[in-house]
Amino acid sequence: MARLFFLSITVAFLLVSTSLGQTNTLSEEQKILHALSRLTFGPRPGDVEQVRRVGLKQWMDSQLHPERISENPVLEARLKLLPSIDQSWEQLMRGYTADMMMTVSPLGTIASVRRVPGIALDEGEERLLKSGSAEEIVSLLGRLDPSKQRLAAGLVPDAILARTEVRRAVMRIVTPSAIPAADLHDAKIYRALYSSRQLEEVLVDFWFNHFNVQESKGNIRYVIAGYERDAIRPHVLGKFKDMLLATAAHPAMLFYLDNWLSSAPEMANPNSPNETFVFMGSSKGLNENYGRELLELHTLGVDGGYTQADVIAAARSFAGWSVRSVSEPVYRFHFAAHHNSEKVFLGKRLPADETDGVAVLDIVAHHPSTARYISKRLAQRFVSDQPSQPLIDRMARTFTETDGDLRAVMETMLSSPEFFSVDAWQSKLKSPLEVVISSVRALGAETLDATELVATIGAMGQPLYNKLEPTGYPNTADGWLSTADLLNRIRFAGALAGGRVRGVHTDPSRFAGKDVAAMARDLLGRDASPETLKSISQEVVTNGAGPASITALVLASPEFQRR
Amino acid sequence: MITRRGFIRNSAVVAAGIGAAPLWLVRAAAAPAAKRKTLVVLFLRGAADGLNIIVPYSEQDYYTLRPSIAVPRPGVANGAIDLDGRFGLNPTMRTLKGLWDRQQLALIPATGSADSSRSHFDAQEFMECGTTSSKLDTGWLNRVLGPAAKGASPVRAITAGLKMPRTLTGSCAAVALGEMDQFRFDDPQQARAIERIYSMSRDAQLASASAELFAQVKQFEEFVGSSYSPAPGAQYAPTGPGKSLQQIARLIKADLGVEAAFTDVPGWDHHQEEPNLMTPVLTQLSAGLNAFCTDMGDRMEDIVIVTMSEFGRTAKENGNRGTDHGHGSFMMVLGGPIKGGKIYGAWPGLATDQLFEKRDLAVTTDYRDVLAELVSGHFGTQNIGDVFPGYRMEKKLGLLG
Repeated sequence: MARLFFLSITVAFLLVSTSLGQTNTLSEEQKILHALSRLTFGPRPGDVEQVRRVGLKQWMDSQLHPERISENPVLEARLKLLPSIDQSWEQLMRGYTADMMMTVSPLGTIASVRRVPGIALDEGEERLLKSGSAEEIVSLLGRLDPSKQRLAAGLVPDAILARTEVRRAVMRIVTPSAIPAADLHDAKIYRALYSSRQLEEVLVDFWFNHFNVQESKGNIRYVIAGYERDAIRPHVLGKFKDMLLATAAHPAMLFYLDNWLSSAPEMANPNSPNETFVFMGSSKGLNENYGRELLELHTLGVDGGYTQADVIAAARSFAGWSVRSVSEPVYRFHFAAHHNSEKVFLGKRLPADETDGVAVLDIVAHHPSTARYISKRLAQRFVSDQPSQPLIDRMARTFTETDGDLRAVMETMLSSPEFFSVDAWQSKLKSPLEVVISSVRALGAETLDATELVATIGAMGQPLYNKLEPTGYPNTADGWLSTADLLNRIRFAGALAGGRVRGVHTDPSRFAGKDVAAMARDLLGRDASPETLKSISQEVVTNGAGPASITALVLASPEFQRR
Repeated sequence: MITRRGFIRNSAVVAAGIGAAPLWLVRAAAAPAAKRKTLVVLFLRGAADGLNIIVPYSEQDYYTLRPSIAVPRPGVANGAIDLDGRFGLNPTMRTLKGLWDRQQLALIPATGSADSSRSHFDAQEFMECGTTSSKLDTGWLNRVLGPAAKGASPVRAITAGLKMPRTLTGSCAAVALGEMDQFRFDDPQQARAIERIYSMSRDAQLASASAELFAQVKQFEEFVGSSYSPAPGAQYAPTGPGKSLQQIARLIKADLGVEAAFTDVPGWDHHQEEPNLMTPVLTQLSAGLNAFCTDMGDRMEDIVIVTMSEFGRTAKENGNRGTDHGHGSFMMVLGGPIKGGKIYGAWPGLATDQLFEKRDLAVTTDYRDVLAELVSGHFGTQNIGDVFPGYRMEKKLGLLG
C-alpha cells in the first residue's frame, strides 16, 4: 500500500514536470553526451570533459569539417601497418598470391603449420621467434630462407600473434591472399576506435552501407578498398550527386549489381536480332539489377514514384557501363553494348547517345523523392528510428536548395530541436559494430590487433564489407533484436571485461577505489538507471563482484545497448 | 506409464528452476502428448545444378550438352544410380537410395520461379519471401507459423545458422542457434545478475527480447555442452549440413515444440570444375539427410524435409568444366508422410527449343506448388494467399499421402 502510494506520487511528479515542459529539452551535460554518442563511435574516458572545454557547438562544427582536425598519431601508426588499403587493384591482384594452403582463418592455420617435418631452424632463430619482440620477429620472418619460413611462422607464440604487424608477417608467409581483406577490416576498426575525425568515420560507414557492395562476390575484393577510398570517403560531406556518380561507375558497384554484364543486344545487331550477342562472356542481355536498386535503394526510395518502365529505361541507359574485363577491373564504356536510342525516364526524354546514363543520375540526384529519402535515412541514423516528417522536410529542403550538399543537410539536422530532443535521447539501439567499438572505447582499451573484434562483429551478424543484400545492414532497432543478438552482446561484454578478447588490452587499475555508481558513470558517460545500479550493487554485496564483473554488467546492461 | 517423451518434458521443467519455468514449458508438460508436426527446410545457396543431381540419363541431349561433366549412365563406372528407367541419382548420393526404396524420398526436377533473375541475392530473397519478384519484410515459413500465442514455445522456429534467414523472419519469435554450444552464458552467475538487470529495466524493447532470450537459454541448458547420442546407425559429419541437421535433430527429439527448422547448405555455385567441387557438398548433404532420417526413426512420421535452391544452371557446360547461372533447378522432399520413390512434375526436355531462353532447363513446377502443398497438407495451413502473396494453389502434385 505504502509502495503504491509512493509510486503514484512519482507518477504525479513526472506528469507535472512534463506539463511544465522541462523534460522536452536536454540538459547541457546530456547534450554533450548525446552529440558524442551520435557523432562518434561512443565516448572514450575524458571525451565529455574535452567537448565541454571546447564548447559543444565548436566541437560539432569541427566534426563537420574533418579536414581541419589533425589526425590521431596512434591511428596513423596503426594504418601504416596496413599498406594494402592504399594500393591499386593491380598491386592487390599480383602482390598477395601463392598461398601455401587454403584456410578459413589466418590464425587457424598456424597450428597445422607447426607439424611440418624435415626443416629445422637454428637455435638462435628459434629463441628469437619464441621470445623476441614484435619488431625482431617481423624482421626475422622477413629475412629467413623461404624453406624455413613456414616452420618459423608456426613457432610464433599466440600472445605476440595478437599484434597486427606480427600476424601480418605470418600471413605474408601462410595466407598472403587473405591480407588485403584483413587489412581493410583492420583499418575500419582502427579508424572507428582511434580517429579524431569520428563523424567522418561514422559517415563513411553510413554511406558505404547505403551504397553497399560485398567483398566476397567475384573480383570485388580487389577493388573494394578503392571503392571506399575513392567513391565514398571524399564525398560524405560533399555533394550527393558526386558520390552517386562515383559509385555508379566504380567497378565494385558494376560487379556487385551485375551492370558490367548488361548489354542491349537488340541494339547491337539491329539487322539480325536473333543472333546471340555475346558480351563479357554472357548472352543475357539487359540486366536490370543496378537500374532497379539505383532507384529503390540509392535514390528515390521504394515509394519514390517510379515504374517498371523507368527501371528498364535506366538499365538501358547504363548498358555498356562495364569494365575492361574481369581481370582488369577498370571502368570502361562499351559502345557496342549500349542502348543507343531515345528513352523516356521519369517523364523526361533522354539523349540518344552515351550521355544518357549520366543524365539518369542527374535526374534522380535532383528528384524531390531522393531529397526526402536521403534525409530520412540520415535522420534514422542520427536522430531516431522514426524521425518526424517536419524534420525530414526541412532536411529535404536544404538538400534541394544546396544541390544536395550533404554537409548542409547534416547541419540542418544537427541544429534541429529534434536532434537534441528528449525523444531522441538514448533512443537508438547500437548495431553490432557500434556496440563493439563503443565498448572498447568506453574502456579506454588499447587495441594492438583487430582480428578478434572483426570476427566478433561478424559473429554478431554484421560481417564487415560482406553484406550480401544491396539493402545494406539495418538502420533501425528491429534488425538487431533477435535473442541471439542480445546473447552475443552479453557474451562480448563478459569477454572484453574479463580480458579475453585477443589483441585488446584493458587497464583494470583505472577503476581502483571507485564504487559501482562511479564506474557505471565512467563507462556510460552518465548515471546508470537506479534499477541497474541496484542490481549491480546487489551482485557486489552478495557475490563479491569485482571491477571486471561490474564492468561486464555495465557493458551488458540495457543502457549500454543504446546511444 | 511414463513415456520417454513425457519423461524428458518433466525433467526439463525441473531443470528450468523453481518458479522460473517459462509458461510454455509448464503447458507443454501438462498437455497430453499431442503430435508435433515439423517442417525442415534446407536452402542450397549458390544455385544447385539439378541436372547433375537428378540425372536425366535417358536424354541424349544431356550428354551432348555436357561432354566433360555429365554423370555417366547407370551400369558404368561412376554411373548414375537408376531410379525409374529415366532418371538416376548422382552416384555420390548413394546414401539416399535406401530412403527412395522405402518411398520416403520424392524428387521434383525442373522446379523454380517464374522470375528470370540470375542474381543470387535477388532470387534467394524472392524465394525466401515466398514471392516471384518482390521483397517483403517477412519470410514465408514465419508466416506459416503466424504470431505466437501467449505461452507458446519460444523455439517454434529455429535456424542452425548464425544469422536469421529471411525465410524465418517475422512475427513468430525464432532462434538462430549459430554455434549451438555457444547458446549459453559463459558465467552463469553473471548471467543471473544480467537477467535481473533486464527484468527490472524500463527499456521495454530490450526487456522483452531478454525475456525471450533467458527462456531460450534455460531451455537449451540441458543440451548445450552435454553430449548427444544419435540413434544407432545415424552418423552425422561434424561440420556442414551434418552438423546443422544434428542440432535440429537434438531439439526435435527434446520435444521443445519445434515446428519449423531451417538450415543453409552453401557451396553450389560451380562455375568451374563442377564434378570435383560438387562431390563433397553433395556427399555431405546426402549423408546428413540420411543420418537425420535414421536418427529420427519413428518420428519421421511427423516430419517433412524439403530442399530448395534459388535457380539452376545452364544446360550446356561452359569452357571451364562448370556451368553458369541458369533457371530450372530441383527440389527433394523427404519424410514419413511423403509418397516417395517417385519423380514428380513434368519434364521439360533438353532440346534447344525446350530450354528456357534456349540455354537453361525450363521451370515446369513452381517452387510454391511444392511448398504450398507441404504446408497445407502437413500443418493444415489455410491462408496460402498470405503465405505466398499473389499465388494460388491450382494443381496438386500429390506429394503427401
